[in-house]
Amino acid sequence: MRFFEFEARKIVELAGIPVTKYGFCTTPEEARAVAAEIGGPVVIKSQVLTGGRMKAGGVKFADTPEEAAEHAAAILQLEINGHMPRGVLVDPKAEVKQEYYAGVVWDGTAKRPLMLFSDMGGIDIEEVARTHPDHVGRGHVSNLFPIPDFEAKQAIAATGVSGSQLNRATPILARLARLFRENDMTLAEINPLAELTDGSFVALDAHMEMENEAVGRQKRLLRGELGIAEDDDREPYEHSKFEEAVAAIDAADHRGVIQGKDHGFTGNLGLVIGAGGGSLTLTDAVRNQGGKPANYSEIGGNPSVAKACGLAKEVLEKDGVEKIAVMMSIVSNTRVDIVARGVIKACLELGKDPGETIAIFRIPGAWEDEGEKILAKYGVEYCDRSVSMWEAAGRAVAKIQGAPA
Amino acid sequence: MSILLTTETTFIVQGITGREAVNLTRECLDYGSKVVGGVTPGRKGREVHGVPVFDTVAQAVEHHGGPIDGSVVTVPPAFTKDAVFEAILNGIKLVVVVTERIPRGDVAQMVELADREGARIIGPNCLGLIVPGVCKMGGIGGPAKDAAKAYAPGPVGVMSRSGGMTTEISSSLTQAGLGVSTAVSIGGDAIIGSTYAELMPLFEADEQTKAIVIYTEPGGRMEAQLAAWVKDNDSRLPIVAFMAGKFMDDEEMKGMSFGHAGTIVEGVEDTATEKIARLEAAGIRVVERIDEIPAVVKEKLGVAA
Amino acid sequence: MADQLNKVFIEVEVDAQVANDPAIAAKLEEVCPVDIFKNAGGQVEIVDANVDECVLCKLCLEAAPAGAVHVRKLYDGTEL
Repeated sequence: MRFFEFEARKIVELAGIPVTKYGFCTTPEEARAVAAEIGGPVVIKSQVLTGGRMKAGGVKFADTPEEAAEHAAAILQLEINGHMPRGVLVDPKAEVKQEYYAGVVWDGTAKRPLMLFSDMGGIDIEEVARTHPDHVGRGHVSNLFPIPDFEAKQAIAATGVSGSQLNRATPILARLARLFRENDMTLAEINPLAELTDGSFVALDAHMEMENEAVGRQKRLLRGELGIAEDDDREPYEHSKFEEAVAAIDAADHRGVIQGKDHGFTGNLGLVIGAGGGSLTLTDAVRNQGGKPANYSEIGGNPSVAKACGLAKEVLEKDGVEKIAVMMSIVSNTRVDIVARGVIKACLELGKDPGETIAIFRIPGAWEDEGEKILAKYGVEYCDRSVSMWEAAGRAVAKIQGAPA
Repeated sequence: MSILLTTETTFIVQGITGREAVNLTRECLDYGSKVVGGVTPGRKGREVHGVPVFDTVAQAVEHHGGPIDGSVVTVPPAFTKDAVFEAILNGIKLVVVVTERIPRGDVAQMVELADREGARIIGPNCLGLIVPGVCKMGGIGGPAKDAAKAYAPGPVGVMSRSGGMTTEISSSLTQAGLGVSTAVSIGGDAIIGSTYAELMPLFEADEQTKAIVIYTEPGGRMEAQLAAWVKDNDSRLPIVAFMAGKFMDDEEMKGMSFGHAGTIVEGVEDTATEKIARLEAAGIRVVERIDEIPAVVKEKLGVAA
Repeated sequence: MADQLNKVFIEVEVDAQVANDPAIAAKLEEVCPVDIFKNAGGQVEIVDANVDECVLCKLCLEAAPAGAVHVRKLYDGTEL
């Protein structure tokens, strides 16, 4: 789950990391009031979940509250990369002496959080790591034991930073690492972390992402501290009707799991496929043989007949889809006969001939003999494990879209 | 020989009274595995297919009268970390975590504790492992008769981020007359207990294993870790890899995950294209089509196709 | 969307003398994993919408006197 900057700043603030006296506003009047309270030059920043807002005109400076209100009015109407802003952040224009970077990410190989620090802040850290590797300090932290300050100090000192800067930055990086762990973040970044002309350090911008699996146990932060609504899921794109319909069918019945996605899929080859790895393999196999899938799907965990039927129906009702390919890697929990019943029922309920509509049925494994009997009755050819996933996908492409390109 | 399991391996099932766990227990017993107990808090005194159920792992160990080798953990995500800690701190050295949707922080804690205690975790989000004809630990391969159909003993070690694809690939090796030494469903999450590179030394030391097949996906860096391991260790084992999910490299698919939680691409290095290049640079043969695997393995083994 | 079709693949019948037995009605409702039987005040009622969900587990056959419950697979004409 991604956070807006104003939320990320709040998270940083709650962890005891100094921030400027900022205000989140949804109207020009609020922006004017915050600017007046700050009482000096301010910066107005669009609050969108996308990059490149500076370039798009989503960040503007103002010397007076009136100017702040004007800029806020413009930015609130400004769409950036297809996103309308949630609001604007009004921040005092800081007197910056030096910009730093502080961040924490997962290192999947070491299986530990990794602290990153650089004295070249304000730019993309991957860029710094590539061009100035000696300006990036790193350090892993334990998942089990308290995170000591000295580990943050070591990472910072590795960049050559010393003196009072080292002593001011150390607790900030250590606290960032602690909040990363405590709040189930997958990314916690302060960039820039600014040293002001008076020598103090403040977080001028922050970027946070929380692991979706942990959202349920972080309710106190999400609902309590940040006031984020339950249904505010922050998906990177809006769900299509197909995606919503499949999700609703899945939620209505606890037996098994089905998923359907069609974002980015524009073809007419309906895919009723599974399971996780099988769906990835089959989608590639269809595309690599010239097929144009209408959707992606996943069947797993032994779904009910109704669920398999529901998924097949939704796929068949997509624009341009006349036939479906029903394919899975060898199943050991999901049952061949149950899926066979589901997809045949989908055809019958839509008034279609299963023998014509199901271009291929390739699911080897549990209860395959029973599945074959059901398919035979409706004139659908059954393919067992002697037909590879690649071959099955190729046959589907040939039957639905003509000979492979 | 084999890795991790023998005919003598004993294990328990934590969460044994759950619907999936009951099936898995039946399957493992039918396959000949030694399931010596089960744990579900509050259900002490029951039996699942003749396996005694206890409230705690300590009770199971006491009843067994000595150390238990392994545990299959299939409890809800919120309770998994505690169950794994309980297994490890009661002396269990091999923990298969079936549960999916466990937050990364919890997985990382389990793995760090396992490292400190000399234990090994397989998973999470996996179906376990199987040594054909010897022992099946977890739901891998399904009911005993289905598992027997897909897994015949042979020279190929299989490691896969997808449980279903572990069986699909193993079945194709069995059909081709090759067979499997040990197949491990390593799990589909971003952080897992045992990666390809971490299991390689075990296969390397196993006389039965003559080649390795891996199934891999976008997301994470464990293929890079394997490539580095292969370069650093003069391995005797040829490796054949299959990469699924190449479609995820498309611009429209950015930021999305498919199939498994671990397929989330967090950097350029996580993409399918980049991984294939890295594996190939280390001398690992990456096949384009899933059905090429048996023939390429035969070629590597010098067996007539 | 077209109407839901029921009993396409499976047909379940309970003999009349058994269908009125409250003990058997209760037992059938309890054993069926896909809720095909409903205990309607001591009478067995077949839930049409669930019949095609039958997983062929035979638990209903075991829960009633031999031959009293019939599960027919309409796709091959055989009976469990």
